[in-house]
Amino acid sequence: MSNFLQLRNIYKSFVGVRALKGVDFSVRAGEVHCLVGENGSGKSTLIKIISGVQPADSGELLIDGVGITHATPNEMIHRGIQVIYQDLSLLPNLSVAENIAISQIAMIGRKLIRWSEIRAIARAAMARVKIDIDLDKIVGDLPVGLQQMVAICRAFTSDLKLLVLDEPTSSLTKAEIDNLLKVVRDMQANGIAVLFISHKLNEVLAIADRVTGLRDGCTVGTVPRAETNLEKLTEMITGKAVVHTRFHLPAQPRKKLLEVRNLSKKHNFADISFDLYEGEILGIAGLIGAGRTELALALFGISPADSGTITVDGQERRIGSVQDAVEAGFAYVPENRLTQGLVLKRSVGDNIAMAMIDKCANAWGMIDRGRRTGLIDTWVRSLAIKVANADVAVQTLSGGNQQRVVIGKWLATEPKVLILDGPTVGVDIAAKSSIHQIVRDYAARGTGVILISDEVPEVAINSNRVLIMRNGRLRSEVNAEAVGTDEIQRMVEIG
Amino acid sequence: MSGPVSAHSGSLGGYAVKALLKRNEFYLAVLILVLCMLITAINPAFLSPQNILGFLKTASVNGIMAVGVLFVLILGGTPDLSFTAIAQVVEYVVVLITLAFGGNIVIALLLACLMGAAMGAVNGFVIHYFRVTTIIVSIATANLYYGMLYVLTGGSVIFIVHPMFKRFAEFQLVSFADAAGGTWGISLIPLMWLATLVLGWFILTRTFLGRAIFAMGGNEIAAQRIGINTLWVRVFVFAFVGLLSGVAAIAHTTIVLSAIPNSIVGKELEIIAAVVLGGASLFGGKGTITGTFLGVLLFAILRNGLVLLNISSYWYDVSVGIAITAGISISAWQQLKAQRARVNVNVEEAAAQ
Repeated sequence: MSNFLQLRNIYKSFVGVRALKGVDFSVRAGEVHCLVGENGSGKSTLIKIISGVQPADSGELLIDGVGITHATPNEMIHRGIQVIYQDLSLLPNLSVAENIAISQIAMIGRKLIRWSEIRAIARAAMARVKIDIDLDKIVGDLPVGLQQMVAICRAFTSDLKLLVLDEPTSSLTKAEIDNLLKVVRDMQANGIAVLFISHKLNEVLAIADRVTGLRDGCTVGTVPRAETNLEKLTEMITGKAVVHTRFHLPAQPRKKLLEVRNLSKKHNFADISFDLYEGEILGIAGLIGAGRTELALALFGISPADSGTITVDGQERRIGSVQDAVEAGFAYVPENRLTQGLVLKRSVGDNIAMAMIDKCANAWGMIDRGRRTGLIDTWVRSLAIKVANADVAVQTLSGGNQQRVVIGKWLATEPKVLILDGPTVGVDIAAKSSIHQIVRDYAARGTGVILISDEVPEVAINSNRVLIMRNGRLRSEVNAEAVGTDEIQRMVEIG
Repeated sequence: MSGPVSAHSGSLGGYAVKALLKRNEFYLAVLILVLCMLITAINPAFLSPQNILGFLKTASVNGIMAVGVLFVLILGGTPDLSFTAIAQVVEYVVVLITLAFGGNIVIALLLACLMGAAMGAVNGFVIHYFRVTTIIVSIATANLYYGMLYVLTGGSVIFIVHPMFKRFAEFQLVSFADAAGGTWGISLIPLMWLATLVLGWFILTRTFLGRAIFAMGGNEIAAQRIGINTLWVRVFVFAFVGLLSGVAAIAHTTIVLSAIPNSIVGKELEIIAAVVLGGASLFGGKGTITGTFLGVLLFAILRNGLVLLNISSYWYDVSVGIAITAGISISAWQQLKAQRARVNVNVEEAAAQ
């Protein structure tokens, strides 16, 4: 097969920082090529160069063997390269038809628009992707999976040769991912190449023809799918073999911290009962849409349950608001740390102190600066957050360190029950294991931890018990130390 | 999953009714009808053509500016607060120039449009290049323009304007004799409003530029990636707002036949409120010309109704306050209801073992 896209010895720096140091990389016509690497390995920079958003400092970029000197986004689109960014770049306030057709209309350079033309363009693109979405629906009202399809349809309004998908599956349900992968394979059958960027190595292994690894701005290598596996890919990305140790709960009499009985909420979950003991890490596994996050939101009072009882430390609690939950001893670290868990522009110290501000008060109810600084320092140190000082804005930290700040913010309230929802979403493999270690250390001090994650291995390895949820109900409870990760994965997917 | 993914809504008829019930315009229209019936029941003079044409004429000034406000709200960011100051400055300057050099109404109108557009465009450039929010930039420019007007004129009132403004105001497309021996008819001022509404509707729904404004209001980064020139769109919107302020300034002069330096400034919040009541979102990307028209109309009818019902005009502010509070409460309640009804998880009926 011939190379559709070829990059030779690409260099790129940003204000003195070398993002790419001699990348060699090619995509063949009609193949599914996966690009893997940790945060900061240069993946996003590479995408920007391929899409024409940023020029390379040096090196060659060839399309169909022809060198491209001044790449612009429009030039690359004309040559058949379309990028679907992680945020999808959709217009949530506009209809499906307009979202699909707008870039084509912009490219033709129409001054006046005809709605019949917009609908025709949208219909043609949907026919090519073999999908059928109501043209008049407002895109913001659609589930993420369908939004992704709208973005893909938009790419199909022009003559597509290479579709770049940047982390396309991070918030999709299993069915939506399956559908996306089916669409990707259809594209391949039509001779369209796909460049698939993903953190989820099992998906990469499921669809790739070839995989290229990036590390510290260099290509580590390109391997055919048949010659690699999960361990080899992990090693390729991190440069070292990562050994996962399993969480082990020492056998000893334990106090019951939390007793949940028959908790239900219409359209969210039904009849949930479980117990949590001190020092435990209780995993909750399930597909997206199983009701895991909804259960967490109810326990933390964000969207309270309709019925059922919650007993903390032997005392029945009515959780009708976040204040109730915090008072009862709950802490919650949300799924999306960037939008929900942190005030990005404020300092590390401000963020850590936020939830424990009452602990900083003096006898007059005023904030005691000395006590506040002392508490912040303690937490920065005990969580090993890598910052020069606690006054640095959170947005300047790496993903792993940001996650430590979020966790630290809630650990600082010294909760009885800590709920972690997807604590390592978008975090590097190396940072992941350190976060897991923090959680385990914290559980060892006697807190009960509820760990929710999309990634079954994360739940399986870090919990002593796992609750499996499907369609809003608890399906089974397994001893994670006795039942293997693969078996739990199977139970989550099939039941 | 097998077969193509499908996400269609139900029958077309049911869909249309549901869509209508979801729209702000529908509730606003109902409210206006009820209000009209109430006022008419107490004072039938409300429904007389003279009265209706009268309050439409008065409402035209706000109505013309409201179209500009709608554009800014759709573009997103924060509301613009400088458009009344622009109108004020344009009015004063145009009155002065026409007094000094004479001229005709077309030239006066063109001059007003140009001045307004230039002052508005300044907002667009500053917002784009310095990435400052609209509300801050427009407070600054409003103070600058309005302050300059006071510095240069000492705030003196011009009571005599060029006679052409009076002729324009009195011109009637169609005239009818009234009982008292005078005439009444359709004047040009409400038609200026109508023309503005049509132009606004055309730009928003029939041009790429209009869709680009919506696109930027929905997701500016995405709009950029699509290839929309966000600088040009933003400058256009603010120049257009300024231009409409110029048009409104001419309409205002012809009605009041004077140039009083504080006669337009201060109305901006009421106009923004009317547009928001008409369904435009303060978060951008949403709003219609119909809604904007209805919002302005509602306030105009309220004001007129109070006069006809012999109620103190102090109650006007109160009624505007009630209308806005009710308006936002209804849409917030609808959103809450939709959120509650949303199915997060398809919970199975009975637990299977």
